[in-house]
Amino acid sequence: MTESQAPVQRIERGEAFLDVRDLKVHFPTDDGVVKSVDGISFQLERGKTLGIVGESGSGKSVTSLSIMGLHKAGSAKITGEVFLDGQDLISSSAEEVRKLRGKRMAMIFQDPLSAMHPFYTVGHQIIEAYRVHNDVSKQVARKHAIAMLDRVGIPQPDKRVDAYPHQFSGGMRQRAMIAMALSCDPDLLIADEPTTALDVTVQAQILDLIRDLQSEFNSAVIIITHDLGVVAELADDIQVMYAGRAIEYGNADDIFERPQHPYTWGLLGSMPRIDRERTERLIPIKGSPPSLINVPTGCPFNPRCNYAHLNGGSSETERPELLDIGDGHKVACHLSPEQRRTAWETDILPKL
Amino acid sequence: MFAYLVRRVIGAVVLLFIVTAVTFSIFFLVPKLGGASADDLASRYVGKSAGAEQIHETAVRLGFTDPLYEQYGRFLKGLFVGQEYNYGPATEHCPAPCFGYSFLTQQPVWPDLVDRLPVTASLAFGAAFIWLVTGVGTGIVSALRRGSALDRSLMSVALAGVSLPIFFTGLLSLSIFSYGLGWTAQGGTNPMDAANPAWWAYDLILPWVTLAFLYAAAYARLTRAGMLETMNEDFVRTARAKGLTERTVVMKHGLRSALTPILTIFGLDLGLLLGGAILTETTFSLPGIGQYAVIALRANDLPKVLGVTLVAAFFIVLANLIVDLLYAVVDPRVRIS
Repeated sequence: MTESQAPVQRIERGEAFLDVRDLKVHFPTDDGVVKSVDGISFQLERGKTLGIVGESGSGKSVTSLSIMGLHKAGSAKITGEVFLDGQDLISSSAEEVRKLRGKRMAMIFQDPLSAMHPFYTVGHQIIEAYRVHNDVSKQVARKHAIAMLDRVGIPQPDKRVDAYPHQFSGGMRQRAMIAMALSCDPDLLIADEPTTALDVTVQAQILDLIRDLQSEFNSAVIIITHDLGVVAELADDIQVMYAGRAIEYGNADDIFERPQHPYTWGLLGSMPRIDRERTERLIPIKGSPPSLINVPTGCPFNPRCNYAHLNGGSSETERPELLDIGDGHKVACHLSPEQRRTAWETDILPKL
Repeated sequence: MFAYLVRRVIGAVVLLFIVTAVTFSIFFLVPKLGGASADDLASRYVGKSAGAEQIHETAVRLGFTDPLYEQYGRFLKGLFVGQEYNYGPATEHCPAPCFGYSFLTQQPVWPDLVDRLPVTASLAFGAAFIWLVTGVGTGIVSALRRGSALDRSLMSVALAGVSLPIFFTGLLSLSIFSYGLGWTAQGGTNPMDAANPAWWAYDLILPWVTLAFLYAAAYARLTRAGMLETMNEDFVRTARAKGLTERTVVMKHGLRSALTPILTIFGLDLGLLLGGAILTETTFSLPGIGQYAVIALRANDLPKVLGVTLVAAFFIVLANLIVDLLYAVVDPRVRIS
């Protein structure tokens, strides 16, 4: 990361295990082009975890779905490059990407009840996921499914394998989803809001499980969430997204200890903390996320930003680039480093 | 699962009893309330030439002067064990299930129904097969190609199919394929008398297609709507994320859920048709239950109408029962609740 300022030789096969370059996902609609993802880039190695954070509609889920190739053909216009272990997924055929799906890259979804087919047993669904990529008999696949259920901590897996999703609790279902996603030992696991639909008591268990399994399988993990608490638990690197672009990128320490972007400050300020006085109020971010058809000109965050007036008009006219401020910590903001430091130390930090 | 089954069967039996009570009262209580006396009813059996005294005698003999609940009791008894009919010169035994005698022909109703049922059943099952295959198939294709020219033209044809009545499409197809081109039978023959299955199908092909067109159109629209909905479900996305082929995703994960509401409608439709496809049978002069009902209604032949109504009700209840049981097979969540 230290040399990312230097001109990089473009190698066709990408540099990192997962190398996303200038990914854009646009949806043409009758009202105009929805720029759900408008040019994001990141790299991720095996065994590492990237957290993608942002409000609803910031483009986090669309990013993950386009990596997985799950957008309907024709509905989305996808450009850029996504190298998975050297293979560009965007230019690969749908059939090639299908063969990678589930095998080399797998996904866990937000609501495990609606994400599992209600008419098939949990075991059937895991066996199906395993057999589509592995030429084995049903008996072998069933044994594997039971072993996977056991591995994710489902009691009596040899009995529960024949249960239907509705007979599981929410946490159990998410464990089963994880078992299904990991059944083919994928190199990349994308978890899209994996704990949002779960009880708080279960959330921590699931996060622990994902972390344990990651170290065991040494896979790269992308965890998508609006909950900074979740990425604090898991992520090595964090990308903060706003209106389809990354506005801050850095390792977890940078983001939590030295956040640079006013939007990141807002996210931190709106996170409840147990170690604060109850009387102190949360600091919500004012306003609501912008429409992705009519993104505000200039910095897309400027209508909601408390510091936009400090930039002499450039906030409203010029879109800030995502620039490295040292050690791979990148931020897209017009404020000068001094202004940011002053604002962080005087306005934000005391209230966190 | 067993308790569910027992519950449904008991429910169906109770429902059938209620249906017999309601139909019986409609046919015998309502005319009475409307001022028709027992003699009026009996006069339908003896004919117009008989004197008032004879008519009254007949009314007493046939039990029309008895209280209504006794008549209903006799009717129920007739259904299960048969009944003795005293029609004057002699007493005749009407074996179970006895739906009584026709006013006009003095023949028992049940053997007539048994004669005609195979025609109606041939028509209903054949048409059902055609409309299931074509309707559901069209719906799937339309949903997967949503918004395309193919989708729009298929749905236009479907709209026409839903809107055009049988007597229009039936007569039109008769005039083209039968009278014009001479490819198909002209109707009016009993397909059950055909010498072999090929002739049976030859007699029925036009009614099948005409009837199926109406239903296929409705099923295509239903399937399309259902598929559009389920293909957007999270579990379909999961199926894709597993790397399943698109074919498996559509047929195994999408269609399976989209078909459950269609199963319900299919049960109702098939049950209804087995009780007589009135328009189709009339248009093509097929001697089935529906045609029988029309003849009976025209002649005001109450026992026949009662018989057709009860048979139709029986098939609808039976079809619903089968659908309910199939539901438990299809959707595991039903078994628990």
